[in-house]
Amino acid sequence: MKKQLTVEAIEHGTVIDHISPGQGIKILKFFELSEGLQRISIGLNLPSHDGSCKDLIKIENTVFDQNQANQLALFAPKATINVIENFEVVKKFKVAIPERITGVFTCPNSNCISLNEPVDSRFDIKQAKSDIKLKCHYCEKSFLSGLFSELH
Amino acid sequence: MSNPLYNKDIISISNLSRSELELIVSTAKQLKQYPSPDLLKNKVIASCFFEASTRTRLSFETAVNRLGGDIIGFPDSGNTSLGKKGETLADSVKVISSYCDAFFIRHNQEGAARLASEFSSVPVINGGDGSNQHPTQTLLDLFTIYETQGTLDKLQVAFVGDLKYGRTVHSLTQALALFNCEFHFIAPSVLSMPDYIIDELDAAGCKYTIHDTLDPIVNSLDILYMTRVQKERFDETEYQHMKSSFILTAEMLEGVKDNLRVLHPLPRVDEITTDVDNTPYAYYFQQAENGVYARQALLALVLTNKFGDQ
Repeated sequence: MKKQLTVEAIEHGTVIDHISPGQGIKILKFFELSEGLQRISIGLNLPSHDGSCKDLIKIENTVFDQNQANQLALFAPKATINVIENFEVVKKFKVAIPERITGVFTCPNSNCISLNEPVDSRFDIKQAKSDIKLKCHYCEKSFLSGLFSELH
Repeated sequence: MSNPLYNKDIISISNLSRSELELIVSTAKQLKQYPSPDLLKNKVIASCFFEASTRTRLSFETAVNRLGGDIIGFPDSGNTSLGKKGETLADSVKVISSYCDAFFIRHNQEGAARLASEFSSVPVINGGDGSNQHPTQTLLDLFTIYETQGTLDKLQVAFVGDLKYGRTVHSLTQALALFNCEFHFIAPSVLSMPDYIIDELDAAGCKYTIHDTLDPIVNSLDILYMTRVQKERFDETEYQHMKSSFILTAEMLEGVKDNLRVLHPLPRVDEITTDVDNTPYAYYFQQAENGVYARQALLALVLTNKFGDQ
């Protein structure tokens, strides 16, 4: 039986594919994608080539830059990003976990000096086994990446 | 002649290498043996305690005085622009560092010393930032261990008490891990060593054991590092129950190795009974005195090129 794409194709924009199941909604929320005016399609628990499940997000008229892609890697390290023009994939790349992330997250430690001083937050990122941890440059405390999507 | 710590900020033990730790310890030993009263002559050191402290401030300021330096600063933030007028720490540091040659800071927020080092025009020494780091305490602990054991390598070290919240034991464990020591952790389960320290020991291949009481290991120890279990973290019944396991008495030291020394960052409350003070194993008051020499060593290395062999 022929498999059929269950999420509508887009003309221009970005397709984030191979998101681990359960992360799609978190990514929408973290990047505040649903708060814009662009049309978004999201597929949850779609069948993947390897027989497992995946989430998928299509955003029209929006292109993720490398910095956003690296942030995405914290939630979906196996994701691929497809840039679409005229219904064709013109660029495809995998996300990469950055070594450091600056000015994006607020430190979850309420007593961290970075919260009330004129500096950007800075986290060094370490991957240990299946966990991704972010260590604050200032307070030196480490946090699991999942915590940031819940706080956002 | 130069040394790797010259003009360097001292913020976190994790930024110091084994050879740098050894250099600080050997310099402390040298300054304890041969005082150097003019080393910091004409140097001005800022001693800025945004959070009050007793031993750290007095020993640091004694260290500056013993080396002939001059001190400016304040013992708490109550009467500063930061405390009274809402100035940022960044602005305070920019101004104060323009008056001095080195900046010693204690602050109740984690990361304050790191931030200060980014805005200061002179080297910053961390005198404790919230629950994060207290590197000068670790350095005086290392110097004391070296002084009493003649080495830092492959020692049997036990930590007893509050291992969860005690920044002192975290930093000292990280430092001693560089010297292949074997660790023994004795704490109530709710105050056990945090996972991130255990993970670091595992990653470094360090040996460690975890016990409910001192009895099984006390006779094999070189260093017994006691800490205070804060009474306010428990209800009265729980606290009374723990007392017997986490309070050290002279009787418990019968049969220990001759070279065993008992250390404590102080202040103690009742976790070491006073009869221990009269045993040859008690070394916590000498340890506190060594805070002066360890801080002298840091000042000497950060502000001058007269120590080190490079």
